[in-house]
Amino acid sequence: MVHTHYKQEINMTSALMSRINELISNYPEDKRKSALLPVLHEVQDAHDNWLSTELQDKVAEILQIKPIEVYEVVTFYTMYNQRPIGKYMFEFCQTSPCCLNGVEDLMDYTCEKLGVQVGEPTADGLFEVRGVECLGACGYAPMMQLGDFYKEHLTAAKIDQLIADCKDDKIILHDK
Amino acid sequence: MKVTIDGQEIEVEAGTTILQAARMIGGEVVPPAMCYYSKLKGSGGKCRCCLVDVTKGSDADPRPMPKLMASCVTGCQDGMEIASKASPRVQEARKAVTEFLLINHPLDCPICDQAGECDLQNLSFEHGKSESRFIEEKRTFEPEDIGPHIQLHMNRCILCQRCVQVADQLTDDRVHGVLDRGDHANISTYISKAIDNEFSGNMIDVCPVGALTDKTFRFKSRVWFNKPYNAHRECTTPGCCGKTTVWMFGNEIQRVTGRKDEFHEVEEFICNTCRFDKKEVTDWVIEGPREFEKDSVINQNNYTQKLEKVEIATEKNILLGRDQDRKKISMAANPLDTNTKKS
Amino acid sequence: MSQKILLDKINIPGIKTYEVYRQNGGYASVEKALKTLTPDEVVEEVKTSGLRGRGGAGFPAGMKWSFIDKKSGKPRHLVCNADESEPGTFKDRYLMEFIPHLLIEGMITSSYALGANLSYIYIRGEYMWVFKILERAIAEAKAAGFLGKNILGSGFDLELHVHCGAGAYICGEETALIESLEGKRGNPRIKPPFPAVSGLWANPTVVNNVETIAAVPWIVNNSGADYAKIGIGRSTGTKLISASGHIKNPGVYEIELGLSVYEFMNSDEYLGGMSSDRPLKAFVPGGSSVPVLPAHLIYKTAAGEDRLMSYESLSDGGFATGSMLGSGGFIVYNDTSCIVRNTWNFSRFYHHESCGQCTPCREGTGWMEKVLHRIENGHGREEDIELLLSIQSKIEGNTICPLGDAAAWPVAAAIRHFREEFEYHIRFPEKIKNRDHFVAEPFEKVKHLVSKVIV
Repeated sequence: MVHTHYKQEINMTSALMSRINELISNYPEDKRKSALLPVLHEVQDAHDNWLSTELQDKVAEILQIKPIEVYEVVTFYTMYNQRPIGKYMFEFCQTSPCCLNGVEDLMDYTCEKLGVQVGEPTADGLFEVRGVECLGACGYAPMMQLGDFYKEHLTAAKIDQLIADCKDDKIILHDK
Repeated sequence: MKVTIDGQEIEVEAGTTILQAARMIGGEVVPPAMCYYSKLKGSGGKCRCCLVDVTKGSDADPRPMPKLMASCVTGCQDGMEIASKASPRVQEARKAVTEFLLINHPLDCPICDQAGECDLQNLSFEHGKSESRFIEEKRTFEPEDIGPHIQLHMNRCILCQRCVQVADQLTDDRVHGVLDRGDHANISTYISKAIDNEFSGNMIDVCPVGALTDKTFRFKSRVWFNKPYNAHRECTTPGCCGKTTVWMFGNEIQRVTGRKDEFHEVEEFICNTCRFDKKEVTDWVIEGPREFEKDSVINQNNYTQKLEKVEIATEKNILLGRDQDRKKISMAANPLDTNTKKS
Repeated sequence: MSQKILLDKINIPGIKTYEVYRQNGGYASVEKALKTLTPDEVVEEVKTSGLRGRGGAGFPAGMKWSFIDKKSGKPRHLVCNADESEPGTFKDRYLMEFIPHLLIEGMITSSYALGANLSYIYIRGEYMWVFKILERAIAEAKAAGFLGKNILGSGFDLELHVHCGAGAYICGEETALIESLEGKRGNPRIKPPFPAVSGLWANPTVVNNVETIAAVPWIVNNSGADYAKIGIGRSTGTKLISASGHIKNPGVYEIELGLSVYEFMNSDEYLGGMSSDRPLKAFVPGGSSVPVLPAHLIYKTAAGEDRLMSYESLSDGGFATGSMLGSGGFIVYNDTSCIVRNTWNFSRFYHHESCGQCTPCREGTGWMEKVLHRIENGHGREEDIELLLSIQSKIEGNTICPLGDAAAWPVAAAIRHFREEFEYHIRFPEKIKNRDHFVAEPFEKVKHLVSKVIV
């Protein structure tokens, strides 16, 4: 079930719509549904990184499918967020190879520094720390994902720097 | 083509699955099926209850299949030989699946409306154990209201997905589906939309467990206190056959369902008007009593069978649960005497 | 220095771009195949090469290609599996990030061989920046006339697109990947029918790993026979190994199959030995799902032969004393690591990634994780070890897809080789309270305690 009390302003800009249509054109005319995953990524990126039910209904309408077909997909894949999240989401990989390189200590450090628990945004909505499963960067551990990009070979000093850069709005989240 | 199941030979047409062939033979060779439903396209393969051992692939390729196969989705080949109940490996696998299905199941049969006609109950009767090896906390879900007619108990669901297939194949606007994944996958409408469609009630009939039950029958009676009768009416809903089973207590119709065959599948689907709105005896032409299975759980205490004395080792078993429950239900012999307080 | 096939040009500045890639002999295989070979001849070359699927299962690629249904007349598709998510594996990302055109060249040549006119690369959603790299590379290749209608005047048409997932390990299973590509939940399909007959949109489809497809250009440019000369026995060619854990030089390496594990571990050309003076304790050669091996079975097989980096040698001894090459995710553990904690970690991973479709995996993976979590946190019971073995054996082989097996094997192997460590956790809960319990006091030092306890 879903939290319906979070409200989101839907803004399907013309740039977003043309990107969506470009993605739809990658599949045969009668297979629009195939574009669902990439389209959801684009829509989410353009809407503060989360997808309200209204937004999901909008995607269903664009792809000419039933809303439930979108809900089923959104809840299956971990990258779609169903509630507002911190603007800078630090997603630490916590699978074995990263653990061998001390990611657990680093997560503790980050949480302490931001004064939050894993999975809850900071009061100003700027940061959130999350533990995720293997991101495919085991040789460059410990690491995390921030927006579209990986931050690898992390240390406490690098975390400090990242947090400072985020606060100074120096971090690019999406490659558009 | 010819196939042999547990030593019994049968001639089947190409395209027949092993499960269908076994059902043609009937009796003990029929594997249990919790997710397969012959009337629903794309059903089967998921619950893994019907696993069988293909000991000979076919006359053309006699090699045995290395893994146990889900009989409901494996096609027969000419000369195929299959071990079902006869195979200890198959028995072991069915026990395993039964255990897996039960670890997170609430086991709330005493308050479940499905009790008595529940496939999971039958399965555990056949393949289950009286004790559990699972000491962890059970998985639970938040209750969700899916409308005025159907009660959803997600905690009891085994994710057979038959109800999703009913919505897909019988109704024109599916609003519910499987959400989330892994052991948190659940049947939901996502935003508590009411499931409201003339054929949605069939989800109750196809549900093998008590996850989807009839709200109009909720807590009215145990199913074994009802007498089932075949009945029909002139139904004007397009697509509804109007042929049902009505479940009576005295002169009262307490429940209406589709007519279920020996594999618990409805013969034909019925509409919600027949199911939920027609509860007067005058609504129906009653044809006569409906036969029910001799060896089902519903019939275990039937007076025609020799009754065996049931002994419940209450003292031995009842206090074996989790610590917190034990504390809740245990009482000191004398509540005022703190010295005899139990831990 | 062993022969490089995939990474030989990786260090050329600008190789990411079409121009530099082309100047360095890129797209030659497309020209050769489309102008001088029939599709069946390309399939034959790949068959001759002995190239095996690099995603983990090691099924011969040419054989897989030959199964594709060409008779039905339905459109055919080639789908590249770039959903790399197996813990310990990060080779495909390296290839796609640094030499994207190699994959695109392989996709064109392979699509030609299969007669596919619409092909896709399915990349995991987390690799979003690589998705963009591939999108741009595809646009470059199209602008240069290597994609689109009538490529190089041969009459062969091909549209190639990249599609992204959104965080689901299970989509690395080929039928789950196809479902996901169709815009659905990543639930593996029940087989048969196999994708070669009914895959993407019910059309005949071949799904191959990135590394498999990237090897095709070399095979076409040279010959299948030349490829088969590299490697050892039925492990032909080269393999990318992703190395991580307690080693000096983690990263992606291209090796000729048949290299000894000892040399790979210790030579400066490769891993350069352990990262510190702490000794080697265990290793996982092929990604998290393959059995872990203890130190004494790493360099030598149980029969006393040198252990080699090949499909056969790594699996020598079966699961009793061997493991698998798998996807080539090589994870090394020194004596500070805790096998119980690591096994719990992997179990959590599989629990998290189970799609929930079939009973044994949905219920069993979570159960194993909970039991392992208890043991690791000092709440284990003696009977839990047998319980774990029992649960894993009930999952193994009874599920729709191999994720069940992948979740079951590491647990069985850890108990098989490191049972005493589990017993230690159960019998000395106060000693394992901190997660780094073996850093100060490695298991070798406390091992004697286990045997002293009479159960």
